[in-house]
Amino acid sequence: MRGERSGVDRRQAIVEQIPHLRRYARALGRDAGTADDLVQDCLERALSRFHLFRAGTNLRGWLFTILHNLHVNQTRRAGRRPDDAALPDGGTGMAGPASEGPDRGLPVRDLGRALAKLPDDQREVVLLIGLEEMSYKEAADTLGVPIGTVMSRLARGRERLRQLMDSGDAPVLRRVK
Amino acid sequence: MTAPRPIDDNTLHAYVDGQIDEDGRREVESWLADHPEEEARVRAYLAQNAGLHALYDGVLDEPLSPGLTALATGTPKTRTAAGTWRRLAAAVLLFALGGAAGWSLHGVGEGGGSSAEPAFVRRAVGAHIVYASEVRHPVEVGADEEDHLVGWLSKRLGSPLKAPNLASLGFSLVGGRLLPDEGTAAAQFMYEDASGRRLTCYVRAASEREDTAFRFVAERGVSAFYWVDAPLAYALIAEMPKDALLPIAHAVYAAWER
Repeated sequence: MRGERSGVDRRQAIVEQIPHLRRYARALGRDAGTADDLVQDCLERALSRFHLFRAGTNLRGWLFTILHNLHVNQTRRAGRRPDDAALPDGGTGMAGPASEGPDRGLPVRDLGRALAKLPDDQREVVLLIGLEEMSYKEAADTLGVPIGTVMSRLARGRERLRQLMDSGDAPVLRRVK
Repeated sequence: MTAPRPIDDNTLHAYVDGQIDEDGRREVESWLADHPEEEARVRAYLAQNAGLHALYDGVLDEPLSPGLTALATGTPKTRTAAGTWRRLAAAVLLFALGGAAGWSLHGVGEGGGSSAEPAFVRRAVGAHIVYASEVRHPVEVGADEEDHLVGWLSKRLGSPLKAPNLASLGFSLVGGRLLPDEGTAAAQFMYEDASGRRLTCYVRAASEREDTAFRFVAERGVSAFYWVDAPLAYALIAEMPKDALLPIAHAVYAAWER
């Protein structure tokens, strides 16, 4: 009886993360269909492995870790980076809903394109922190790397994004220090 | 005004991400006021975060696909193949049962432990005892070169290996090493938790082709789960009770599964 109730609570806790998992999957450069497939694989795996999850630890981090591992496995197995498939037209494919949001004078489409040019490991960190708003520690746990690695990937990723957006895709070499 | 001390890059990022306390925030802001180039950089980073939300927050409100709806409501429908249905049904059942009791549904029992363990398990235990207690050189290649480590060991064993991510169980990779095992190569991956407790995962080519269930042996003060998932044989070893090691063995097994 109690077990059933906590089972429902667990499912609910997992379900609450679905929108965030989808957003992250989409931002990784997947189109809507394959992003949802990835999330679905992640949920199935999470539900079947729930007995491995330690109560009291971070459920969100655990789910993102599963998603991350699946994504890495799939892109590695396919022998390509996801953006090769998702961005045949150079950006509109990955922008998802492409809601421009409030007008901040920000060239968001360029950001999507620049993001697709980042190495996978930098893109993941930039997204987990900048979009999913994880703490540095949580991102490190999620990716299974030291916090110092997260910080250096974040710094490199953001700087590369800035250069790409400054230059309209051409690498910029100023400000070398 | 004052001459604030230099602000390092990590602090600037922490400022951008709001992962800084109030004093730190004020210090960064007064420093940025005197450093226009860095201030422009910080503004660009802030704009990146805002831009990511503008691009992708719409996904949060998109209706769920049928497959996701089914998962969310616990009424699985077939997605691609009949296998998915069975997998899902098993998943939901496991989920409902919870606990390690569900494990046998994977067809992986714990085994009776009646037969003597294979020779490779003894060598794996020996390697654990020798290297897990090593302070200065526990591994040949550290986790900071994980890709290199995995690539190298995969090449030496002739099978693609991986170092499972055990972060959700509190263990992080220390690194690994190549070991000799009866004229063939074996790989040892070492993990450590926050308290410094270590476990090792020993992998070598399986000498038999039949997969086996999980088996358990306790000897020389350590616990070991071992199994064959052809073409590789595995042993997971730690100085901890069987009950504590079992969920880790499950996680390692699951990570190798695909």
